[in-house]
Amino acid sequence: MDENAIIKIKAQNINFFYGRQQALKNINLDILANNVTAIIGPSGCGKSTFIRLLNRMNELVPNTTLSGQIYLDCCNIINSSVDPAEVRRRVGMVFQKPNPFPKSIFDNISYGLQVNGIKNKEFIEERVTESLKKAALWDEVKSRLNESALKLSGGQQQRLCIARCLAIKPEVLLFDEPCASLDPISTAKIEELITDLKKEYTTVIVTHNMQQAARISDKTAFFLLGELIEVGDTHRLFTAPKDKKTEAYITGRFG
Amino acid sequence: MKERIIKWFFTVLAFASLVFLVGIIIVLFKEGMPIFKTVSVQEFLFGKSWYPTFVPAEFGILPLLLASLWVSMGAMLICVPLGVGSALYLNEIASPRQKSLLKPLVEILASIPSIVYGFFGMVILAPFLQDLLHLPIGLCAFTASLVLGIMATPTVCSIAEDALSYVPRAFKEASFAVGANRWQTLVKVTIPAAGSGISTAIILGMSRAIGETMTVLMVAGGAAAIPRSFFDPVRPMTAAIASEMGEAPMGGEHYHALFAIALILFLITFVFNIIAEIASRRYRIKLGLSG
Repeated sequence: MDENAIIKIKAQNINFFYGRQQALKNINLDILANNVTAIIGPSGCGKSTFIRLLNRMNELVPNTTLSGQIYLDCCNIINSSVDPAEVRRRVGMVFQKPNPFPKSIFDNISYGLQVNGIKNKEFIEERVTESLKKAALWDEVKSRLNESALKLSGGQQQRLCIARCLAIKPEVLLFDEPCASLDPISTAKIEELITDLKKEYTTVIVTHNMQQAARISDKTAFFLLGELIEVGDTHRLFTAPKDKKTEAYITGRFG
Repeated sequence: MKERIIKWFFTVLAFASLVFLVGIIIVLFKEGMPIFKTVSVQEFLFGKSWYPTFVPAEFGILPLLLASLWVSMGAMLICVPLGVGSALYLNEIASPRQKSLLKPLVEILASIPSIVYGFFGMVILAPFLQDLLHLPIGLCAFTASLVLGIMATPTVCSIAEDALSYVPRAFKEASFAVGANRWQTLVKVTIPAAGSGISTAIILGMSRAIGETMTVLMVAGGAAAIPRSFFDPVRPMTAAIASEMGEAPMGGEHYHALFAIALILFLITFVFNIIAEIASRRYRIKLGLSG
């Protein structure tokens, strides 16, 4: 591991339950700043559950229990005295299925600014433009910012969701299988975007697609049945896995 | 062969409601239209006196029409905040256990026969209000509005709650994910997304209130005069039909006039229901569900 790398997120001894069912078992994982960390594993292994802890999204699910610590920089974000809205401002999330609001393209992006109390119109307009440009969507939508976001194609909608996320300038971006419902061309665009964005953001991506993990990530973590089996440099993990289960998974023997 | 019989059987069932609807419309027109030989449509709708048994009889339904609107408006003022408010509580704040208890209770409230509400209004509410507000008579538009409002609340609550629960979780998650709090998410995302569903609920509540008969017959007071205040006794259209049909000689002018009132009522609720249908269709399209 790179000695100089800054640890952006440190998850320690994470145990998580849905009701009585344990979804995560004693997870310890460091996520490095300005890196893309991919989380792979078969369905139901807890990878989505894990990243939804990083912005406290799982709190919206009733009847769950969590123990352990998650440090963002040096602050334990799962401490109940921390405002979840504040965490979510710093840790943005893009979901599996594009979920634009049934509002205009402009309003979709400006929403995050408005709910955070920003009222200056010029500032909002600038930030909307900037975010759409960063999300590589500006050229496609600049002439129709007032049209409904639902008229965009699936791939465009997902880039809009990325732009919505960027507008509030988070420090970390979480992607929960962002390409699961997209065609290969849209997928390629999103991947390119994630690679571009890593200069500025710490990125965590959950994916089913091992090629995708290999293409875009620096580190890969392999989850199985709620346990973190192995984590390491992506290239190393895919070429010389240390654990037999990892090897079995990446060579396609199960999952 | 067997499959064809089954198919026909269900086709007939499906079209039965259409047959009933058309039949009702035909009867209403056939029995209601003859009154317009005696009075013009204008005199009928805007005439200020309803003296169907006098000689010469007067058939102006404005007092009845105003009574219906008066009472329904009052009912709306009660059932919209109460119904939508409780729907919001059920959907947003109630724990799953509370919701599993409260929602069925609300639906039971909707299934109580209207005569029971009528008794409640007549025996408990009217004397109570009469004492409390020093009214000359407890049976009045205000009491009727209160009882109708309580009656329509479960309808509004139940449909509005459905509309809220159809708002995809993805919208709310997206809102929370950019740092919105619950209140902002509710006001800026959930309610606008459920907006036309909620308006459907309100319109259906209103058409329930305007079409309700038993309760208003019992608690509205029954005076066929133009209401001057909320505390005047009134005779809404439904109450007029129900109370007078028995004494109106079949085929006479009074009889036809009552049918014409029914026709007007039918048209009003018909328009409400069409508006509700359009609103809910727009709602589904807006959410990206099929139209």
